[in-house]
Amino acid sequence: MTTPANDILVRARGLTFKRGNRYIFNNIDLDIQRGKITAIMGPSGTGKTTLLRLIGKQLKPHGGSIEIDGQALAKLSTRELYALRKRMGMLFQNGALLTDLNVYENVAFPLREHTRLPESIIRHLVLMKLQAVGLRGARDLSPSELSGGMARRVALARALVLDPMMMMYDEPFTGQDPISLGVLVRLIRSMNDALSLTSIIVSHDIQETSSIADYIYILSDGCVVGQGTPEQLKQTDSAWVKQFLNAESDGPVPFHFAAPDYRADLLGG
Amino acid sequence: MILDGLQSVGRTTLDVFSKFGRAHLFLLHTLAGVPSLFVRWRLVVSEVYSLGVLSLTIILVSGLFVGMVLGLQGYNTLVNFNATEMLGVVVSLSLLRELGPVLTALLFAGRAGSALTAEIGLMKATEQLSAMEMMAVNPYKRVIAPRFIGGLIAMPLLAGIFSAIGILGGHLVVVELLQVDAGAYWSQMQDTVELFDDIGNGMIKAAVFGVVVTWIAVFEGYDCIPTSEGVSRATTRTVVNASLATLGIDFILTALMFSDV
Ligand SMILES: Nc1ncnc2c1ncn2[C@@H]1O[C@H](COP(=O)(O)OP(=O)(O)OP(=O)(O)O)[C@@H](O)[C@H]1O
Ligand SMILES: [Mg+2]
Repeated sequence: MTTPANDILVRARGLTFKRGNRYIFNNIDLDIQRGKITAIMGPSGTGKTTLLRLIGKQLKPHGGSIEIDGQALAKLSTRELYALRKRMGMLFQNGALLTDLNVYENVAFPLREHTRLPESIIRHLVLMKLQAVGLRGARDLSPSELSGGMARRVALARALVLDPMMMMYDEPFTGQDPISLGVLVRLIRSMNDALSLTSIIVSHDIQETSSIADYIYILSDGCVVGQGTPEQLKQTDSAWVKQFLNAESDGPVPFHFAAPDYRADLLGG
Repeated sequence: MILDGLQSVGRTTLDVFSKFGRAHLFLLHTLAGVPSLFVRWRLVVSEVYSLGVLSLTIILVSGLFVGMVLGLQGYNTLVNFNATEMLGVVVSLSLLRELGPVLTALLFAGRAGSALTAEIGLMKATEQLSAMEMMAVNPYKRVIAPRFIGGLIAMPLLAGIFSAIGILGGHLVVVELLQVDAGAYWSQMQDTVELFDDIGNGMIKAAVFGVVVTWIAVFEGYDCIPTSEGVSRATTRTVVNASLATLGIDFILTALMFSDV
């Protein structure tokens, strides 16, 4: 890529991460451009969630480096890390709402923790974000009374309430009906442009993702197997990318978790 | 065979030591989170409520019955020596020095400790703790420290209530039922029980148990394997370990406090 350095918000170089002896990432390079929506795609279990956790420094890489906004993650003190995290929003795969607080208090939580705003302003901000995800009427429900898709939308409102510079969405589209899906896609796009956010979307949803992503990385087996704008990827001649984008079951992308030979395994029991 | 045995002994020993290390690091992090509670005192209040106030029923009922049983058993023995006026002393000293703090700690481990472990374990399993970290909120400050301090405050209060209601239970049986003179029951107690030696030491015990039980409970929750099975095991471990720790520490404290050697 030929983008000037300061256009890159997240820069991973030689990133290596292992679980046991298995490489989840083996020496990969990755750039997330500022102000753009970058999608991370790949088969289930390739480490997309892990990548987001590495970017949030909830996990530490075994090799390589990650820089966010020019700051090397490995060198940050706890205080600096927390300051950085205040500027990052993350939508967890299952929402991860705080179960002892209701919807309203969940969204208000970051405000109450990090600001000294008067109650009237907090109320204003919370209702605005809940309105954006269509759940203003659900403010008094507790998380156990929400469906999975609703919980994820509340979590989205919560992640946005501090107006971060960067948003990470882990599977924002799963569990949404066609209408809320459309709203979500437009919401993510319009917020990204209006607030000049930088967004990272992890998703399996090829259609929706290619419709809003500016740049796509396809991961598999610890490596980046394809990258480019959605158009570039459609015209690629890489067998990996073709198989993934067209959802074919035969091809180089493994559906199976690493395992010994099937026949030998069956006979060996 | 022998090698296997040795290996598993070695592994278990290592596991135990590394768990001990983690538990102490955990305590350090928790204590570091305590100063921030001056701003979040409301969290502590709500923990004292859910750990303390909600444990009141079991503490009151148990305390009452233990006091009544003490009165009954003491009467059966002392009546042979015509010493039933000493019953007030027997009941109150047993409760204040031993049974109050120890039984309260055991009940507290079962009622509040298990709940603490399960709650924190589930927060971990459902990624609530991770989510807090990503929102730049330190879970040690927001979740662990308030529960730890809440337990420390609740436990001695509960032990005090246990002993008090136990002495009343003793009164019910000894004075009302067995017709021992009420003046003897109370005045002997007043003459014998020392503020610092008996009540004070009992409260020190209760405070120590409070630290140990709450520490074990929050640590087991935080350290659990984040699955339903992991949480359920951690809950069991909390009750077992906290009870054993209470009884072991009680022996040591009793030896230090009440032996005249
Ligand atoms: N706590 C853990 N301990 C050991 N291995 C883990 C742990 N968490 C994840 N893994 C492994 O890391 C790999 C990557 O997991 P990750 O959750 O990042 O996958 P993913 O790409 O997000 O998958 P999905 O699309 O299904 O959410 C998985 O193969 C999993 O086996
Ligand atoms: Mg995932």
